[in-house]
Amino acid sequence: MQDVKAEEIETAESTAIENKEDNRETVLKVEDVSMLFNLSKEKNDSLKEYILALLKHKLKFDEFWALQDVSFELKKGDRLGILGFNGAGKSTLLKVIANVFKPTKGKVERKGVLAPMIELGAGFDPQYTGYENIYLYGACLGYSRKFIDQKIDDIIEFSELQKFIDVPLKNYSSGMKTRLGFAIATIVEPDMLILDEVLSVGDAKFRKKSMNKLKALLEKNVTVLFVSHNVEQVRSLCNKAIILDHGKMLAFGDSEEICNQYEEMTNS
Amino acid sequence: MDQNRFLQNRFILSELVKKGIRLKYRRSYLGIVWSLLEPLLTTAVLTIVFGTLFANKDPKFPVYILSGRLIYSFFSQGTTSALKSIRANSSLIKKVYVPKLLYPLSCILFNYIIFLISLIVMGLLCVIFKVTPTWHIVEALIPLFNLLLITTGCGLILSTVGVFFRDMEYLWTVLLMLVMYASAIFYKPERLLNSGYGFILKLNPLYCVISDFRQCVIYGKSPYFHVYSLYAFIFGVVSIAVGLWAFKKNEDKFILNI
Repeated sequence: MQDVKAEEIETAESTAIENKEDNRETVLKVEDVSMLFNLSKEKNDSLKEYILALLKHKLKFDEFWALQDVSFELKKGDRLGILGFNGAGKSTLLKVIANVFKPTKGKVERKGVLAPMIELGAGFDPQYTGYENIYLYGACLGYSRKFIDQKIDDIIEFSELQKFIDVPLKNYSSGMKTRLGFAIATIVEPDMLILDEVLSVGDAKFRKKSMNKLKALLEKNVTVLFVSHNVEQVRSLCNKAIILDHGKMLAFGDSEEICNQYEEMTNS
Repeated sequence: MDQNRFLQNRFILSELVKKGIRLKYRRSYLGIVWSLLEPLLTTAVLTIVFGTLFANKDPKFPVYILSGRLIYSFFSQGTTSALKSIRANSSLIKKVYVPKLLYPLSCILFNYIIFLISLIVMGLLCVIFKVTPTWHIVEALIPLFNLLLITTGCGLILSTVGVFFRDMEYLWTVLLMLVMYASAIFYKPERLLNSGYGFILKLNPLYCVISDFRQCVIYGKSPYFHVYSLYAFIFGVVSIAVGLWAFKKNEDKFILNI
């Protein structure tokens, strides 16, 4: 990690292009973030077991550090690809940045409006209709009532769910839920977009539509963080990349060299 | 910026409250009418059992029962749904950041709104049983306000405990039963108050609220008014302070337990 930093400073001092980048605003600062989970929490769900464990001094935790000392910075307009094998901590990192988790150690500083697109098909109330869920989810994402009133028709149109918009969500297919979630989350133009493997779900038609929408957002200089297993996607869409392995940050830097490094890891 | 955050939170809260009210009776035929019908039916049953069979000669007994029953129902349903609120909203909590305090608060608020609507039934019965309104009815706002404080405080404490100890849901059902018996809903408190066990009633903030409410609305006077009100108010404020403290201290750990 130290070597990567030294390298970055060198390139910053020597290249004119890098100097121009330094004038951009820092929109995300992840500082020494660590996330601890207690795997045995599931067993201590009842009062009786908790008291017994307390008395027997058996309250030892099954510690699992999902993230360890992850640090990096992103400037406005950066597009970060997060690479790593399954269980490396990618989704956890996204959730810490999206403020869903509070890091056990370290901190995250963000600037601007954040649009998290994590588990797009989840988070809706199954008894509520599509229309009602748009308002509820929109409110949670930070939209005002006026904004939702203005954009509700656009959202319904983008998701192509006109016929089903008054049907409770428990009757939707998973694809319909994803379309709805994506439509609501992208109707606004956020400063920072966080995507958790959402580019790989849905049918071909939807994937094309979502890719076009994302490309439109990218042209507006939105900062993007996204998790992908597809190295080609990261190469084409991102200018920066990070590799996570068992919670630790292996590398952070320009997407081309990081992608090469990741490919070497996969092939070895 | 803080002004915006506050307005946004208010919007989220209103959406959550709307959801609570809309979904409460969504699948039933009578819908919100049940909020009026259910207390009416329960009062009828309780009047028959404790009025006729146990020979309670007060002609205004049905109103007496209903007042206690409605208040207790709000406390019971408000605290129970607050207790489950974090778990019930786990999928949303895992997806996007929303101040978690809004979840139990919205549960208590939507139950309070339904409670206020059900007071219409109270008005109806007052007319039927010829309870004449005096200006003291305005004073009833005080116990109603205290009720909200007490329920919010207990709800906040329970919502925190409920995340870490699922058992609380069952324990609270039993405790609520104790509270119900100690609130003089379907019996007259005089006998209990005069025996050595009067403290059970007096220490129960819900009894204080119910008693005050009845004094204002039914009897048009207020003898124990100020002592009971003060106690209920202090209980409410302290429970909210404790609830907020416990909630804020633990809210970052919620997601690890749901």
